[in-house]
Amino acid sequence: MKKELLKFLAFAVLVLAAPYALSGGYIMNVLVFVGINTMLAVALNLLLGYAGQISLGHAGFFGLGAYLSGILTTTAGWNPWLVMPLAAALVGVMAFVIGFPILKLKGHYLAMATLGLGIIIYIVFNETVDYTGGPSGLSGIPNLSAGSITFDSDVKNYYLIWSFTLAVCLFAINLANSRVGRALRAIHDSEVAARVVGVNARLLKVQIFALSAMISALAGSLYAHTMTFISPASFGFNFSIELLTMVVIGGLGSIYGSFLGAALLTLLPEFLRAAQDYDIVIYGGMLMVMVMFMPGGLVRGVPDLVRKLVKPRGGDRHA
Amino acid sequence: MQFDQILQYTLSGLSTGAIYALIGIGFSIIYNSTGIINFAQGEFVMLGGMLTLFFIGVLKLPIWAAMPCAVLVSALGGLLFERLAIRPLRQPTPINIVIITIGGSILIRGLAMLLWGKDTHSLPPFSGDDPIAIGGATILPQHLWILAITVVIIAANKFFFYHTISGKAMRACSYNSRAAGLVGIDVRRMVLFSFVISSAMGAVAGIIVAPLTMTAYDVGVMLGLKGFCAAIIGGMSSGVATVVGGLILGVLESLGAGLISSGYKDAIAFIILLLILFIRPQGLFGKAESERV
Repeated sequence: MKKELLKFLAFAVLVLAAPYALSGGYIMNVLVFVGINTMLAVALNLLLGYAGQISLGHAGFFGLGAYLSGILTTTAGWNPWLVMPLAAALVGVMAFVIGFPILKLKGHYLAMATLGLGIIIYIVFNETVDYTGGPSGLSGIPNLSAGSITFDSDVKNYYLIWSFTLAVCLFAINLANSRVGRALRAIHDSEVAARVVGVNARLLKVQIFALSAMISALAGSLYAHTMTFISPASFGFNFSIELLTMVVIGGLGSIYGSFLGAALLTLLPEFLRAAQDYDIVIYGGMLMVMVMFMPGGLVRGVPDLVRKLVKPRGGDRHA
Repeated sequence: MQFDQILQYTLSGLSTGAIYALIGIGFSIIYNSTGIINFAQGEFVMLGGMLTLFFIGVLKLPIWAAMPCAVLVSALGGLLFERLAIRPLRQPTPINIVIITIGGSILIRGLAMLLWGKDTHSLPPFSGDDPIAIGGATILPQHLWILAITVVIIAANKFFFYHTISGKAMRACSYNSRAAGLVGIDVRRMVLFSFVISSAMGAVAGIIVAPLTMTAYDVGVMLGLKGFCAAIIGGMSSGVATVVGGLILGVLESLGAGLISSGYKDAIAFIILLLILFIRPQGLFGKAESERV
């Protein structure tokens, strides 16, 4: 546990010091997105990596958070800081209620059901034009402010988003190392065995689903306030797949893996600007290659690879 | 007036439903022989339509030759997909299979986009587009083609699975692949067959629907999902139940779009999907099964 804490502190220092090493609004802006995506990937990882339950609809929860914040702060004029926990709570309750029937399903069926849920939410964003502005989006969402500071520049947003992201990471690390985390991993390995030893698997799965949805909604609210403009296109099926790719590439069941996956998938398109249309092919290829050759993700696969290269004759005894 | 409208929506719903049924049966064939839901199924539907266009437009083949070529190439695609993506999988857990077939579907879609661009194309109808009046409604000749071809394919499917050695062997694998292996059936080959057959069926569905709805590199996602929905309603059977599932879905969707709101048309299929999964995961007509652990 102490080691975990040190690791986290090192990570936090690195994150907080980054703006001093890197300059330029553009890179800061990209790093803001890395922060939001890290939050989302950690949320999905809690569900997929720890509890072993897939969701292909997380973009929907992300979008719900963004739209609730967007609509309530513009049309209704509520205080953004008040709306944010409210939106997260509402999405959490919704996920909790729908979680009971949905998490009874397993494997492929769960994947399809969550996918369907995500698409329904996406269609609602598009069709409820009076509230969401439909396909053309919702603009004029206010920036967050605290006292005399308004979070309207890239560097300010960087610190805003990353303080939330770090908090989410710390929370997830603690959760993973707690009794709950062990129960989740037990469900992952064998739900029946977990229930036999007294884990209330059904309730726990629903709770972690709701928690994961809440974190995603929080990320959505923050996204809405930093972007000040949202449209349904950001919350579609493709984004759910992108989140899945981040978690798988980084490494299932690893919080830092989620950061790695989120960073890689957010930065990659920036470098691939010239070859814009290729990104979809690259995502698909990466997903397949990772599952086939590095099922543990980068955080586990790369050290393994290095070990193999350094000690070619060792063979892995812990296979 | 109202009755004519309902008749109209029902008729056009039936032919879209037939398409969903064909795609759904493709899902079921693979599921029954391997326990895999192939998330890339929809991409083979897209390949059917786009490859036909490619053979007509680039290789200047006549349409009757282009269609079988497209089906063949799609089937080859299914074969490669099984050999290169599914079989080498070292840890074939459901989640890994979901992820790898999703990866495959994105890859196929992306390659199609790079090859053929993002434009939407239409295929000429097989025999003109003069509407035929039925009661107070009209349908297009293409609707009849779709229904007829679906019936033929389903009959051929039935024949294959019940009256040929390979078909019977595949059914044996779906009941108990281990026992099938013990009596000398090459299970891996049957799995490969199932991918080939279902991608060919998907391609046919993609070809016959293209003259009605247009085709593009990304049509596979929605068509695939709705085909899956049909299969779920039918309880993942590769026979009549899935056909009925497809038809129910097609008609409900068409009525919903016409009478309620066309914007929510796609949502209807997913609401049905969720309801069925929540209430009767074994399908509308199936008996509940208990799971072995």
